[in-house]
Amino acid sequence: MSGSNLVERLSQQFGEKITGSNLEAIDPWIEVTPQGIVEVTRYLRDDPDLQLNLLNCITGVDYFIADEKKAKKAGWDPHTEVVYHLSSTKNKHTLVLKVMLPRWKDGVEGELPEVPSIAGVFSTANWHEREVFDLSGVMFTGHPDLRRILCPEDWIGHPLRKDYEMPLEYHGIRGR
Amino acid sequence: MATQLDDPRIIEFDVRTDEMLVNMGPQHPSTHGVLRLVLRTDGEIVSEVEPHIGYLHRCAEKIGENLTPRQWIPYTDRMDYLAGMNMNLGWALAVEKLVDHELSEKAKHLRVILAEMGRIASHLVGMGAYGLDLGTFSPFLYAFREREKILDLFEEACGARLTYSYLTPGGATADLPNGWLQKCEAFLEQFEPIIQEYHALLTTNAIFVKRTASIGVMSPEMAVDFGCTGPVLRGSGVDYDLRRDGEERYTEMYDGYAFEVIVQKDGHYPRDHDYPAVPKEAVLGDCWHRFYVRMLEVVQAIDIVRQAIDRYSTASGDYGVPIKLTQKLPKGEAYLETESPRGQMGFYLISHGDSIPWRVRARSSSFCNLSVTSDLCRGCLIADVPAIVGSLDLVMGEIDR
Repeated sequence: MSGSNLVERLSQQFGEKITGSNLEAIDPWIEVTPQGIVEVTRYLRDDPDLQLNLLNCITGVDYFIADEKKAKKAGWDPHTEVVYHLSSTKNKHTLVLKVMLPRWKDGVEGELPEVPSIAGVFSTANWHEREVFDLSGVMFTGHPDLRRILCPEDWIGHPLRKDYEMPLEYHGIRGR
Repeated sequence: MATQLDDPRIIEFDVRTDEMLVNMGPQHPSTHGVLRLVLRTDGEIVSEVEPHIGYLHRCAEKIGENLTPRQWIPYTDRMDYLAGMNMNLGWALAVEKLVDHELSEKAKHLRVILAEMGRIASHLVGMGAYGLDLGTFSPFLYAFREREKILDLFEEACGARLTYSYLTPGGATADLPNGWLQKCEAFLEQFEPIIQEYHALLTTNAIFVKRTASIGVMSPEMAVDFGCTGPVLRGSGVDYDLRRDGEERYTEMYDGYAFEVIVQKDGHYPRDHDYPAVPKEAVLGDCWHRFYVRMLEVVQAIDIVRQAIDRYSTASGDYGVPIKLTQKLPKGEAYLETESPRGQMGFYLISHGDSIPWRVRARSSSFCNLSVTSDLCRGCLIADVPAIVGSLDLVMGEIDR
């Protein structure tokens, strides 16, 4: 199925939950609203034509430049993206989904943005979402066990955010 | 006054054991590095396993945001340190995908030779360490004897024995030295008959079969659901190998090579007629099958290397020129997965037009393979936990990055 057909089909199925797509990119991607991600991934997994049954990866990407002058030139507003890479072991094709989130929930600094967890659709998502939460600071609502996974449990901050600063010390160990 | 019991067996039914938390690791010898498993046990039965990871976290992704792609190659070596070549290859291909770099025929065959040799070396450790997990020491020594020779070959090609940094975006850092191909062929010649020794030591060993057959059975649906890849997925009977089914940029390396995906079909593995038959006790998807897939992949890799050597010696072009250290990357993002020995290793690269990527992500195969343990170990015996975890062939460097 070609990219534009797929986008059309998903738009028909989910209406406003599909908010955009970029089919010219190296890996074409489709943008989904946070509210729609669970439904869309479940549909993609179960649809007999698509059968995207393998979740390869979930990535959190932070878009933020502290320097105001540089930020104006960047061409995008600060935001956080969650990227889902899916593929099919049966039909041997791949698909990329993106969810755009604000950097902070309701613009309140320190409140993590929220997106529903897809751990109920793909078990892979369980650990991947924990990792994205840990490193990129995205809250996955409905996740069965959202804890830090790579950093220690009492670590402060989310290291892959662009405004992250290394702590001065951690349990007596010098940080910077 | 001691109580007298009519029948001492009554005690066995009468005594209830408390639930106990048992820590395995982080320094347990059979946990493949710094993996900590917290087992909730009732007597000998494990009711829950919780892996704790992150002891080897080195912020590789964060570091990648501060280095150019070529500078980051040494960090990929240190992820899956048992298959550095395959990690270099994965990253090199992802970067090439972003900058849209085409390779010469010769460079592609060179990469196939090294990637498959890396696969042999890695599976040998996997096999040897699995023996260790199950309490037999000799296979480990046998495996390292042969791996040593592969490392010697790698050392001659690039100067390093573990962290190669040899395959780079654009090709390789140097061509293979004179006479290397002959040495490699001589090694394969000498190595191929030795595989029977491994089968005698482990595959057909009655104790080994008892410890692994029907233990940790994973259904194909479960394997796919948990994102398990590589031998773990194929050991469950899912016919999926990125060398055949992956992205074109990767599969074109293997174009024209004769090889079959190692997966059981109709009760038979490809080319299993030369090797021991599947024991009666084994069930598709158990530890034994995962192990056996690895063993057959070693044989297959030998075959691919031989074909690659033939092609390499007659191929046109050169071994490839590495991209410039500070080459500007085009705006965009690229994700590419390769079939590394432990499964699908993916690299994701986002660039905003600088020479340094905006975001780097490594999708680790062992990470997903490990996440299945807690479901796989539910209800098994404590002694089976190392057998199950070992059969996943984990490398902590890759899980923690």
